[in-house]
Amino acid sequence: MSLDAGALPLQMGRQTSLAPAHRFRWHRPTVIPGFGITLGLTLTWLALIVLIPLGALFLKTAELSPAEFIAVITSNRVLNALKLSFGISLLAAFINLVFGALVVWALVRYDFPLRRLFDAIVDIPFALPTAVAGIALTALFADNSALGQLLAAVGIKVAYTPLGILVALVFIGLPFVVRTVQPVLADVEGELEDAAASLGANRWQIATRVILPAIFPAVLTGFALAFARGVGEYGSVIFIAGNMPNVSEIAPLLIVIKLEEFKYADATAIAVVMLVVSFAVLFLVDRLQRWSANRTGRA
Amino acid sequence: MSVAVSALLARRPARSRPARSESAVVRWLIIAAAMAFLTVFLVLPLFTVFAEAFSRGVWPYLAALTDPDALAAIRLTLVVAALSVAVNLVFGVIAAWAITRFEFPGKSLLTTLIDLPFSVSPVISGLVFVLLFGAQGYFGGFFQSHDIAIIFALPGIVLATLFVTFPFVARELIPLMQEQGIQEEEAAISLGASGLATFFRVTLPNVRWALLYGVLLCNARAMGEFGAVSVVSGHVRGETNTMPLHIEILYNEYHFMAAFAVASLLALLALVTLVAKTVLERRVGEDQ
Repeated sequence: MSLDAGALPLQMGRQTSLAPAHRFRWHRPTVIPGFGITLGLTLTWLALIVLIPLGALFLKTAELSPAEFIAVITSNRVLNALKLSFGISLLAAFINLVFGALVVWALVRYDFPLRRLFDAIVDIPFALPTAVAGIALTALFADNSALGQLLAAVGIKVAYTPLGILVALVFIGLPFVVRTVQPVLADVEGELEDAAASLGANRWQIATRVILPAIFPAVLTGFALAFARGVGEYGSVIFIAGNMPNVSEIAPLLIVIKLEEFKYADATAIAVVMLVVSFAVLFLVDRLQRWSANRTGRA
Repeated sequence: MSVAVSALLARRPARSRPARSESAVVRWLIIAAAMAFLTVFLVLPLFTVFAEAFSRGVWPYLAALTDPDALAAIRLTLVVAALSVAVNLVFGVIAAWAITRFEFPGKSLLTTLIDLPFSVSPVISGLVFVLLFGAQGYFGGFFQSHDIAIIFALPGIVLATLFVTFPFVARELIPLMQEQGIQEEEAAISLGASGLATFFRVTLPNVRWALLYGVLLCNARAMGEFGAVSVVSGHVRGETNTMPLHIEILYNEYHFMAAFAVASLLALLALVTLVAKTVLERRVGEDQ
C-alpha cells in the first residue's frame, strides 16, 4: 500500500483553508493562469487613461488657494450656472421618475400592440449621439415648428429658454429610470399582490403599499443616475438652451467658455465641484443598492 | 399543498386575474400616457432628423454628404472609432479576465474605477487631457519641444474618446463571465490547454455575443462623442472635425439641412445599434 497519509490534506488544501499558509498571495489560489499580467495591464491602462488624467484635474485645482477657489465658485455667473445645472437636472430626474415609472408599468404589466417596439425605443437616448439629439430637439421645439407653434398658442416657449434645457435633460435621463426599474418590477412576486387583494386591498393600495416599497430602491437609483447624467450633459443641451449667461448657461458650457478664455483654473474649479457632487450621488446609489440587496437577500 | 396552490396560481395568465390588473379604462389610460410620452420625447426627435435631412430632396442630401469637409469628418470619425474600439476591446477582455477569473482584495474597487468615466461629464473628460497635454499642461511643454501635437490633433481626440468609451466592453463582459464561473476554464487547463488556448477556445465562444454587444455600444459612443472631443479638437475644418463637431459647425452657420444630413448618418448608426442590441440581448440571455 503506497497511500501517503500526508497527501490527502494537501490535496484538499487547494479548495479549503486547511493548507498551511506558507506564502502570502495576492489572490486565492487557482489553476487559471494570467493573474499577474492581466491585473498588471488592467491597472496600468486604468491609471494611464482614467486615473492620472482625473488626478491632473485635482492637482490643477490644488494650485488655487482655498480663498481663490471659493471666489471662483461663488462668482455670480458660475453660481448661476451651477444652480441651473443642478436645479434643472433635479427637476428633469423627477419628471423622468414619474413618466419613467408609468412607462415601466405599461411595458411590464400590460400587453398592447407595438409593446416590443416601444420597449426598444426607450434606448434611443443611449444610442443617439448627443449633438444629434440636441439639434433634433431644437428643430422639434423651435418657434416655427408645428409642435413649437402649438406650444406657443398656449403661451409656452421651449427653445432657447431654461425650459429647453429641461426638455433635453428629460430626453437624456429617461432610459436610466426605465432600465433600472424595469427588471425589478418584473421580479415583484405576484403572490404578494394576490395576498393583499385577498385581504381586501384595492389596486391603489396594492400599488402604493405593496409594489412601491419593493421597487423603491430601484426607482431612487434610476432617479440618481438620471440626475448625475443631467448635471454633466452638454451636447444635447447647448443647441436648445439659448446659452444666455446667468439665465440659460449650464455649468459644462461655462467650463468650455472658461477654457476658450484660457482661464484653466476657473474651468477646473467648476469641474471639481461637478465631479465631487456626481461622485457623491453615485456613492449614495451604491450604498443604497447594497442596503436593498441585503434587505431583500438578492445579489 | 401550499406549494401546489402557488404553482397553480403562477401558471394562470396574469390578465385573467382581476386582483393583479386594473380596469380596462385605467389600463388603456396608462398605456396611452406612457406611449404618448415616449412618442413626443423619443420618436419625434429621431423622426425630425430624417425629415429635416431630406427636406429638400435626395440630391441636396447627397450633395451635403459628399462635401469635402463632410467626407473628411466622416473619415476622421471612422479612424478615431476604429482606434478606440480596438484598444478598448483588448483592454476590456483583459480587465474582465483579471476581475472574473481571480479572487483578490480590492476587486470591487477596481470594478468601480473602470466604470468611473460613465459618471464624468463629457466636457470634463476633454478638460483633463487639455490639463495634461495642452500648451500650459503638465506634459504640454515636453511634447511641444518634440513637435508632437496632442491637443487640437488626432492623438488628443483619440485619448478623449478612449476615456469616455473606457468601460463599455468590460462592463458587458464582467457580469456574464462572473455568472458563467470558471469550471470550464479549470477543466481545460487541467487537461493541459495553455492559458491563451483556453481563452480563445473556451472563454471567447461563451461570451462572444456579449463581447459583440459591448463593441457595438463602444463604437456607437466613439462615433457620436461630442463634448469631450469638442474640448480637445480645436475645430479645424477638414482636419480635426469629427462628424458631431461638423454637425455643430454646419448648424451654427445655419446650414440646417446639411447639418441634419450628416446627423442622419449618426442617427442611422444609432438605429442599427438598437436593432443589434435587441437581437444580441436575446443571444446573451441564451449564453447565461
